[in-house]
Amino acid sequence: MNNLVILPIIFPFVIGAVLILMIKHHKLQRIVSGISALLLLALSIYLAVLVYQDGVIVLEMGNWPAPFGIVLVADLLSTLMVLLATLVATVCLFFAFKTISPERERFYFYPLYFFLLIGVNGAFLTGDLFNLFVFFEVMLIASYALIVHGGTAYQLRESFKYVIINVFASALFIVAIAWTYSITGTLNMAHLAERVAELEQAGVLNVVAILFLVVFAMKGGLFPLYFWLPRSYYGPPAAISALFGGLLTKVGIYAIIRTFTLIFNHDIGYTHKIIIVTIAGFTMLFGVLGAVSQFDFKRILSYHIISQVGYMVMGLGIFTPLAVAGAIYYIAHHMIVKTALFLFAGVAQKITGTTDLKQMGGLLKTHPVLAWMFFITALSLAGIPPMSGFFSKFPIILAGFEEAQYVISGVALLVGLLTLFSMMKIFSYAFWGKQKHTEEQAKMPIGQLLLPIAPLVALTIILGFAAEPMFLYSLEVAEQIMDPSVYIESVLKE
Amino acid sequence: MEILMSIMIGIVFTVSIYLFLSRSLLRVTLATLLMSHGVHLLLLTLSGLQRGASPFLNFQADAYSDPLPQALVLTAIVISFGVTSLLLVMAYRTFKVHNTDDLEELRGSADE
Repeated sequence: MNNLVILPIIFPFVIGAVLILMIKHHKLQRIVSGISALLLLALSIYLAVLVYQDGVIVLEMGNWPAPFGIVLVADLLSTLMVLLATLVATVCLFFAFKTISPERERFYFYPLYFFLLIGVNGAFLTGDLFNLFVFFEVMLIASYALIVHGGTAYQLRESFKYVIINVFASALFIVAIAWTYSITGTLNMAHLAERVAELEQAGVLNVVAILFLVVFAMKGGLFPLYFWLPRSYYGPPAAISALFGGLLTKVGIYAIIRTFTLIFNHDIGYTHKIIIVTIAGFTMLFGVLGAVSQFDFKRILSYHIISQVGYMVMGLGIFTPLAVAGAIYYIAHHMIVKTALFLFAGVAQKITGTTDLKQMGGLLKTHPVLAWMFFITALSLAGIPPMSGFFSKFPIILAGFEEAQYVISGVALLVGLLTLFSMMKIFSYAFWGKQKHTEEQAKMPIGQLLLPIAPLVALTIILGFAAEPMFLYSLEVAEQIMDPSVYIESVLKE
Repeated sequence: MEILMSIMIGIVFTVSIYLFLSRSLLRVTLATLLMSHGVHLLLLTLSGLQRGASPFLNFQADAYSDPLPQALVLTAIVISFGVTSLLLVMAYRTFKVHNTDDLEELRGSADE
């Protein structure tokens, strides 16, 4: 029992509420939100270290014992996700200081930003299925407001579809919860895991499992429910699309990993090895083919989110400790690298005024630092050693071959190649070639824009060169989540 | 009673899916509203429509009905209320900016 677990949820809530009161003072808002984001980052690092040393921390809300009350559970996976989420959010916030327009600041950008964080952190930390739904909704409502923030014609048109898809998915989420409750009579995840184990996941429980998969796949952008993603992430300003691209789909993936390691893990041959692996293969393939066919900086990156979400789910589908550890490493790598790439797209847009690759060119000559930072991150995304991308894909594909899943492993290798191709397409169109932006644009100083992104680029290099400690950590996370008894015992205290 | 409710929920879902597939912004918004109604009824029905006893009072009571589904439904209703009002505003703004409420015309082209 430790009240610390609720701080990543309560803290952004208080800050978000306080920021509403300061809505007229731009400078004050920036100072308060910047300091709070750094504090939150420090807090989440502390929490991750604490859980790593002392084991799972469980907080029973209002002192109602589990399974009657709502519990918050901080295990290795959830603290790692909270840490990554806060890191990404802090970087995007500091980038937003330099890029977001004063009109947007006046219309509650910072409060909404922190409300989004409540939902994300809450979804990672909760140990109750209905509470997960509530935090999903908190996150989604904040994201609806942020994605349409500014209200341009394009944003309005595409955000409407984004909202409709998510409302539909939420409705299905409640249906799945209703079924779960009527079958098992509980919604506490640990208790649920116990009861599903007693029922051996027979009969209708498999249907419920697939329904949960569909719901989370819609939020996570898995095949065939990814079509909303590229268009809606294209509209908002760079700081917001970077935050969404780095963070939001991963909440869906986290929910899939949580439910399919803790609760629905008794029919692995069907749910994991057939359904999830097949979906992962198609997701990777269609995502990367979408990216190859595009000629727009931001759209290529959006399609890559889809293909990379496939890798994470593939790791889960193969379901050996090595593969799941690879998937967790990959999530960490992906969140860092994808956010950095989206922010680079934002910087390039700021310089040239466009994200259309055919109207860009010669950025290497005028802004070499941007070009080389982008180059490192792009190679990392494609999985070239010694960057983090290689060391996170390698265990997943290795585990695929070990488990004789040759087709999916082959697809994963092919997708890696196509990823490299499309990243090099961006590099050769936007950075090489004839200079297409004006001399005035060429002189634009971008040091202040690159500064917040630098830590992410450094991290992808560090995660590559120091792959072993990070991989051992992921392996420990994987072993903990693949052995649900740890989670169950610490929640139900048996 | 459960059977009757199940049939009704089925009808509500059917109507809402029909509205989802229509082309007008307002109809799609109404579809989400109906869908959430159907889902809330489902949540109540699936956990059994219990009558004849009050929710949990003390450990000595020999009969009580399960209070959890009502609590869940209440939360879900509040959330869907918020989302629907946001959606109505968005639909209105989209209509104002684009001067159409036909989703077919709001498809967006590939060359923008």
